[in-house]
Amino acid sequence: MADLQVKTRNPMPLRDAAERTADFREVALGYDDETAIAEASRCMGCKTRPCVSGCPVGVPIPEFLRLAAQGDFEGAYQKIGEASSLPAVCGRVCPQERQCEAKCMRGIKGEPVAIGAVELFVADRHMQQGGSKISLPKPNGQRVAVVGSGPAGLACAGDLAKMGYRVTVFEALHLAGGVLVYGIPEFRLPKHIVRREIDELCAMGVEIVTNAVAGSSFTVSELLSEMGFEAVFLGTGAGLPKFMDIPGENARGVFSANEYLTRVNLMRAYEQDSETPVFRAKRVAVVGGGNVAMDAARCARRLGGEEVFVVYRRSEEELPARREEVQHAKEEGIRFEFLTNPVEILTDGEQNVTGLRCVRMQLGEAGADGRRRPTAVAGSEFSLAADCVIMALGTSPNPLLGRTTEGLVARAHGEIDADGDGRPSLAGVFAGGDAVTGSATVILAMGAGKRAARAIDAYLRGLHK
Amino acid sequence: MYKILKKRMLNRTTVLLTVEAPLAARKARAGQFVILRADGRGERIPLTIADFDREAGTVGVIFQVVGGATMTLASKQEGEEIADLVGPLGIPTQTAGLRNVAVVGGGVGCAIALPVARRLMEEGAKVTAIAGFRTAEMVILEEELRAASHLFVLTTDDGSYGQRGNVCAPLSRMLGEGEPFDEVFTVGPLPMMKAVAETTRPRGIRTVASMNPIMIDGTGMCGCCRVTVGGERKFACVDGPEFDAHLIDFDEAMVRLRTYSAFEAKSREKHCNLFRMGSREGE
Repeated sequence: MADLQVKTRNPMPLRDAAERTADFREVALGYDDETAIAEASRCMGCKTRPCVSGCPVGVPIPEFLRLAAQGDFEGAYQKIGEASSLPAVCGRVCPQERQCEAKCMRGIKGEPVAIGAVELFVADRHMQQGGSKISLPKPNGQRVAVVGSGPAGLACAGDLAKMGYRVTVFEALHLAGGVLVYGIPEFRLPKHIVRREIDELCAMGVEIVTNAVAGSSFTVSELLSEMGFEAVFLGTGAGLPKFMDIPGENARGVFSANEYLTRVNLMRAYEQDSETPVFRAKRVAVVGGGNVAMDAARCARRLGGEEVFVVYRRSEEELPARREEVQHAKEEGIRFEFLTNPVEILTDGEQNVTGLRCVRMQLGEAGADGRRRPTAVAGSEFSLAADCVIMALGTSPNPLLGRTTEGLVARAHGEIDADGDGRPSLAGVFAGGDAVTGSATVILAMGAGKRAARAIDAYLRGLHK
Repeated sequence: MYKILKKRMLNRTTVLLTVEAPLAARKARAGQFVILRADGRGERIPLTIADFDREAGTVGVIFQVVGGATMTLASKQEGEEIADLVGPLGIPTQTAGLRNVAVVGGGVGCAIALPVARRLMEEGAKVTAIAGFRTAEMVILEEELRAASHLFVLTTDDGSYGQRGNVCAPLSRMLGEGEPFDEVFTVGPLPMMKAVAETTRPRGIRTVASMNPIMIDGTGMCGCCRVTVGGERKFACVDGPEFDAHLIDFDEAMVRLRTYSAFEAKSREKHCNLFRMGSREGE
């Protein structure tokens, strides 16, 4: 029994699939105290700390697990807080199986420690007990503007506030949180969690201005001159949706995943009293294989989709989505059409979607990115019936800032050209997150925000020497 | 929160709101739009800026009550606040170098035609304003448009006021008489803008249409407002809202505008019932 305990992890308790597809409440139920202690105790405390090397922000994992194993959950939370700004978020949305848990030595002969599940537990426990009593340094009076309130911006703002800077975060939408509120659904990341993280920032003196579009309501150079900021961090994300450029893509019933998810998540279109409509369809095809595709498919299921399928051009092995999301999607009855690529969206005489014309794909040699290139199988065309198609093909950075900011260099797909510390070649301007890397993960964006906070601090210290 | 400083009914279903919004007013220019939300449950409503005052820090919008969200917005009174207003968004109207322009507005679109006409007047262009409405009681901004143009023509479909017919008749007549417009600017219902584009196309007169598709964020994120222009996909929010009318796929735009028509009808009904219940309680 003890041996089994060592080899297999304590599974995350989940709501039953049939029950959870009837609403938008969180799927994961979380550990109880005993399970959290038992799971944390599975950590062997390796001296080489391989798990830490797998974490983009270097959370001291064995250390926080040891505190959790001792039942010191607040201590564990504070330990995570040394490296991460958003533990309750990361515990829920990080692809741990490719990061920390992929490196866990327990995983060699059994299952790795469920690091994410323990992180989620200690973060929620911390919040239940009333959050942090933050002791802030004396304000240094210097003002920094953060543009965008997604994971990069929030992480940057939090670290700068802890250093004594007066930070103002500008958000284009009516609600702060970026992709955490418009992109990731409630059932995966409840919005009250995001709200709490943002409330903590506000308690540290960070000011958040919503309905403020950089590059339109004001320019970056105005922030640095008449608006009185000494440095600016651009964490504007990658919000511009990609399409396939196939016939029928503008028909009624074809949506970008961004549109579909924004209606559902930010505008809460699934609630009875929301004024925002969302397209409710019986047969829904989601094109793409990332987390966004899984999110869209699982939302479609919850909105009454009887047959929801994901169309992906590579095979299951190459799916970029978190394994857990794929698993949860399957449990919820989402079907997968692997090695399949749409070539046309079929419509009726009134331009309503009726289906997809697809080709089967095969995987050839690995391309420059190391992934095997899919090519169409000749003569393999076939049709799939659908009354709604959601395109989840990835996003690229928004062109708005580049158009109005002189000196800001954009790379091929609109990414801001910046160095490792997030410095574009523009005095006082820093950037990070998806705006620099193109669409990536919450944790990578958070890491970039934290690095930029250190670089901004170094820059302003230099300026005031 | 954003305070409503002025509210005026322009006709039975068209409302003018002047809202305190200094950040949007600071940079506002003719042709740009804002997005408003009446309250915490509200839909994001994109509305082209009808008027702005930088010093007072106000933005004026004019909208027609068409669905649940606009009904909620219309129920707000002077002195009350709306939850959100963001802008200015989109690219301003390009007026530089224009000497002789016809500004053709239809229905509530006249609210957008007005600031463009004013701007052209300020820049010294000759402005011909043509405003079309369904019927006399739908007429809005008549005096304002007259004042912002050198020649003003008003039409109604049923002939109950002004010239009978649609806006294309006087436009076509002026073109036939050889009026050398160097641009025609049009804003209004999609079928009207399409008809205007077809009227000017044979003469090769540059024609610009201001589009008002379904939108959510207004910053290029949702892709909902995509319009096909010259075979290319454009986002009305960041690439527009104005495009070359001879290149716009109006038929596709009409289909896309009807995406949520079933929902809108239901929402309108729900709101109307609510209002009815409210008035019964008061009886």
